[in-house]
Amino acid sequence: MTAVDYKALKNGGFMRQKQKDNFSLRLKVIGGNLTAEQLFAIANVAVKFGAGRVHLTSRQGVEIPFIKLKDIDAVKSELLDGGVHTGVCGPRVRTVTACQGSDICPSGCIATYQLAVEISERYFGRGLPHKFKFGVTGCQNNCLKAEENDLGIKGAYLIKWEKGLCTLCGVCVKACRQNAIKISESSIELEKVSCNYCGRCVKSCPSGAWQGEPGYIVSFGGTFGNKIAKGKELVPITADKTSLFRLADAAVDFFAEHAHPGERFRAAIERVGWDTFSDAIAKAHADG
Amino acid sequence: MDNAAADFGIDLTVDITDVVCPITFVKAKVALEDLTDGQVASIRMNDGEPVQNVPRSVKEEGHKILKLLDNRDGTYSLIVRKVG
Repeated sequence: MTAVDYKALKNGGFMRQKQKDNFSLRLKVIGGNLTAEQLFAIANVAVKFGAGRVHLTSRQGVEIPFIKLKDIDAVKSELLDGGVHTGVCGPRVRTVTACQGSDICPSGCIATYQLAVEISERYFGRGLPHKFKFGVTGCQNNCLKAEENDLGIKGAYLIKWEKGLCTLCGVCVKACRQNAIKISESSIELEKVSCNYCGRCVKSCPSGAWQGEPGYIVSFGGTFGNKIAKGKELVPITADKTSLFRLADAAVDFFAEHAHPGERFRAAIERVGWDTFSDAIAKAHADG
Repeated sequence: MDNAAADFGIDLTVDITDVVCPITFVKAKVALEDLTDGQVASIRMNDGEPVQNVPRSVKEEGHKILKLLDNRDGTYSLIVRKVG
């Protein structure tokens, strides 16, 4: 290889190292999940072509450092045989991160991994004015730090109380961290304005009186690099996935349309105006 | 044991106010293992994180929670019927 197209390499996840002709190869990982088969393939490549080790990135990715320029094709081929794809860098939709969610975690309100896969299938690698990060966290414990992301999704429960099933045991009153539930001799009262949809009442209820449907709390414009700013919730909890993707489409489209090249989502929103952006999101929310 | 707890016919009382998470749940779980199906335990726990979380963990273990009693001394007693 004579003329090296570094930009093309970077698009394919080859991160140039300080050491000449060495690359830290970024792999495609969704929601922090890899199969044992994929791990074996990664391990083999790290031993055969790298320095015998990998780096776990801050966003649940895997990079194999010390991959040589001359080995790139062989490395990609061996990885692909093990079901491993290279990742992306640059101005596009990045790795979609997720906690373990309701499939694994007792606290999880939503199936985060499945959602991360769907987001990844829809947006991963899409070219945009700058990088764009999605993160999915299963509940209010927020292990995945939803608001750090350009678009963060937090699992929640839309709750209701079935009087006929309630034994008035009192567990939910203490399980609620918002102090939104009050109990009397004969009833339970929910202070709706205090409810943060965490679903702890549902999770703890011994009689099934508290019931919850999964919902999504979406935050926009988070960034935690050179500039630090928390993503903002602009619309109420979203009850279904179709509405969720309408919001995500609206955000990504707004970014594509309004941001200058090299301008992060947050910076673009602030320059154009939160009001304008909020209107676009509110419209997408209302379209359902 | 106060009257409210006595109403449930407690077979075993266990105090987990002397330990912190995750030992709170472990101690409660071990105590419940000593019971037979249908017996009732009263688990005394501190306000705050234990009372927020231990009932849920006990539920997830498959036992039947009957009542959470406020002991008015910064502790709560969870009345649980052993299942299984």
